Amino acid sequence: MSNLRSLTFDAIIIGGGGAGLRAALELAKSGKKTAVLSKVFPTRSHTVSAQGGITCAIASADPNDDWRWHMYDTVKGGDYIADQDAAEYMCSEGPKAVFELEHMGLPFSRFDNGRIYQRPFGGQSKNFGEGGQAARTCAAADRTGHALLHTLYQNNLKNNTTFLNEWYAVDLVKNANGDVVGCIAMDIETGDVVHVKSKATVLATGGSGRIYASTTNALINTGDGIGMALRAGFPMQDMEMWQFHPTGIYGAGTLVTEGCRGEGGYLINKDGERFMERYAPNAKDLAGRDVVARSMVMEILEGRGCGEKGDHVYLKLDHLGEEVLGKRLPGIVELSKTFAHVDPAKEPIPVVPTCHYMMGGVPTNVHGQAIMQDAEGNDKIINGLFACGEAACVSVHGANRLGGNSLLDLVVFGRAAGMFIESALNEGIEYLEASESDVESAMKRMNRWNESESGETVPELKRDLQDIMQNAFGVFRQEDNMQKGVKQLAELRERINNAYLPDKSNTFNTARVEALELDNLMEVAEATAVAALERKESRGAHSRYDYPDRDDVNWLKHSMYFPAEKRLGQREVNFAPKTVDMFEPKVRTY
Amino acid sequence: MVTNVTNFGRSGLSDWLVQRVSAIILALYSLFIVGYLLLHPGLDYMTWNGLFAQTWMRIFSLLAFVSLAAHAWVGLWTVTTDYLKPTGIRIATQTVIILAIFVFLVWGIQVLWGA
Amino acid sequence: MSKLQVSLYRYNPETDSAPYMEEFQVDTQGRDLMVLDVLHLVKEQDNGLAYRRSCREGVCGSDGMNMNGKNGLACITPLSEVVKKGKLTLRPLPGLPVIRDLVVDMGLFYKQYERIQPYLQNDQPAPAIERLQSPEERDKLDGLYECILCACCSTACPSFWWNPDKFVGPAGLLQAYRFLADSRDEATRERLAELEDPFSVFRCRGIMNCVAVCPKGLNPTRAIGKIREMLLANAT
Repeated sequence: MSNLRSLTFDAIIIGGGGAGLRAALELAKSGKKTAVLSKVFPTRSHTVSAQGGITCAIASADPNDDWRWHMYDTVKGGDYIADQDAAEYMCSEGPKAVFELEHMGLPFSRFDNGRIYQRPFGGQSKNFGEGGQAARTCAAADRTGHALLHTLYQNNLKNNTTFLNEWYAVDLVKNANGDVVGCIAMDIETGDVVHVKSKATVLATGGSGRIYASTTNALINTGDGIGMALRAGFPMQDMEMWQFHPTGIYGAGTLVTEGCRGEGGYLINKDGERFMERYAPNAKDLAGRDVVARSMVMEILEGRGCGEKGDHVYLKLDHLGEEVLGKRLPGIVELSKTFAHVDPAKEPIPVVPTCHYMMGGVPTNVHGQAIMQDAEGNDKIINGLFACGEAACVSVHGANRLGGNSLLDLVVFGRAAGMFIESALNEGIEYLEASESDVESAMKRMNRWNESESGETVPELKRDLQDIMQNAFGVFRQEDNMQKGVKQLAELRERINNAYLPDKSNTFNTARVEALELDNLMEVAEATAVAALERKESRGAHSRYDYPDRDDVNWLKHSMYFPAEKRLGQREVNFAPKTVDMFEPKVRTY
Repeated sequence: MVTNVTNFGRSGLSDWLVQRVSAIILALYSLFIVGYLLLHPGLDYMTWNGLFAQTWMRIFSLLAFVSLAAHAWVGLWTVTTDYLKPTGIRIATQTVIILAIFVFLVWGIQVLWGA
Repeated sequence: MSKLQVSLYRYNPETDSAPYMEEFQVDTQGRDLMVLDVLHLVKEQDNGLAYRRSCREGVCGSDGMNMNGKNGLACITPLSEVVKKGKLTLRPLPGLPVIRDLVVDMGLFYKQYERIQPYLQNDQPAPAIERLQSPEERDKLDGLYECILCACCSTACPSFWWNPDKFVGPAGLLQAYRFLADSRDEATRERLAELEDPFSVFRCRGIMNCVAVCPKGLNPTRAIGKIREMLLANAT
């Protein structure tokens, strides 16, 4: 085992989605020896599924738009536990990052004056909530993620980035000082296992929506980066914060963009009532996603749901007319015909809140440097480890992400991480080499699966995990239910530790990849469960029957989950933006 | 750009144009011959010989022959590059084809202008 | 009972000397599942089955395969659309080397994509904001930029089967035209020069299999026609 082949890079980026490719582009331009390691060909990453757009104050729809208004919306949307220095950085740097994408060739839709088309999205306002609905989401029809991901991949080709496509990162390698100095990775096609040595390891592995039974996420969203970091002993931040997107197609779980409501669509209950007028009199269907999702569940629980079982509501689009649908929402027309057997030009689409986005993740600063806490609870940089995109928690999304902010997060912080790593490499980075036993310990779980001889198999364990999470940690949560969930997860972990991989072949063994992914789902699920149980308040996406109110005295904080003790601690939220006054926490209404 | 040495124009565009222009000429020539035969049901050698004694018919025929040669070459070159993967066999076949086309063309000219 | 008979192309180079077809019975419980769902059910019976999948909604392009003789995406092809006489036959995309089961080596396909320089080229200094583009100019990119690189078209194309190393193929050419048609791109002349040899574009014989199978409803043949027109107009 010790004579593992090794590859050496200045920086290794794990994940070929928007964040990883944006970071890679920055490093490739700098001439550093960089590689992107992705378990799928990069354009198959989940960024490709993003539809509605990238929210940014580029002042196209409204020439007076201001990034500070966007920052205000973001902080308010996050129910005030978004870090204000990070939100400030994202919203102010955003226009630069979006214009760069356009210059790279991203085929944005256009206004008549030739500028980038922007549409209204949920939670957007002008003048710090005083000036009514804003239209701030830059779009390429309803295929913005696809256009963005392909553009980034194309520009990485232009800049000769090295790609390790269809390689799977197994675990992080730490040296004797606890610095991250690379990872163990497997070439899926051949089964070759390699020790990747690197001065900077970037986790850009995206989300983990597959911990839930019903999710808009791709099948590959298994929280691989989160799992690796947790197994390496690093803490996770705000893992209880999971966004349930209001409009997942009923039954299939596929996403229907918020842009539908931005273009004028709205939700109705079985009586045909536009019920959001009751829950959010001003913003209506364009309130924050957590607010809309909760309102939908309330309608269903109170017996006003649609369909035979009364377990969903309708998204009405037919009044927009075929022309608008064809021009602005062509992908949605396709998806709803395929997955709901409904032509939205004629009938409403059956929708239900569906797990969509992980606000939590690896805590980082605005440069993407991963953070842990020392014994006194102070922030401490983890040498060699970086994170960006959904896997990271900068945190710009706080307790609830605004629509269109994830694509902006990807490019702004992917770029920031790339720039920081470049300058750090220029200044020189030297860490202790990993010893044989360091590498050996990173190989542990891979060896465990390879040596397994009997036990339960992956598909049934995965299904059990998803059911536990769906039942106990959904839109509404409560103590007893969650306690039961935590207990079930502890049992499940035992079962997974004794599970069996029947197929031990080397060539494109997807069963082995799925087994390794299951370990990561388990890590994410447990972190989520412990954090959700311990945060005894309702804030943003985390809503509890037993603690229905926000508790700013005790919980105007990030949660920090420590995997070794399975303990939940806290971390201070940043209220010190550099160029603007901070936004005081206020009651959050739409 | 895919480099290649065995086709004449070394340009897909010119091959493509040649193929289409030669096709039109061949179509016109065929129509003319068929029409002529229909208009002359009891055609005898003298009339036929008389037709080909005229300069314009000789030029028209020569044009058709050249078109046929070009059309055949482009078409067969494409077919051989599609289906004959071993280089030796392909080059040999192409050589045979080009020689055959050359012989037929010269022979055709000789028939037209010869004794 | 609603048993579906699924016939699957199997090949694992470590254990099989040659590929073979294997039969499975899948209980669909009467539902009109997508082909990808059926594959999940088969994989629960035989964990070793290999296929690619990611978004399961037809935008990532991972699960292109040959279903009852026609290329398409497993995740957006319902059984009702493809099953004939209660039987479903699944094979890997034709014309590319098989790595294992339904997984093909896409190397040649990607190489042809890279060859057309699939990125915007414009050496003018970028403005402080975006480059302007009228809605009409932008409309020209519709039907082009949506390609998901699933390879259904190129692997349905006989010209690509015979010359996968020289003919760019419908997917690559669609992208070639996507950049030729972009008002912001300035490398038109160079792009055309790279394409005018007898293989890259001109090996297209207008068979139109690409159009028949494209799961996104795109039309590579039309794009190839447009490239030919541009080559002609550009020639002296």
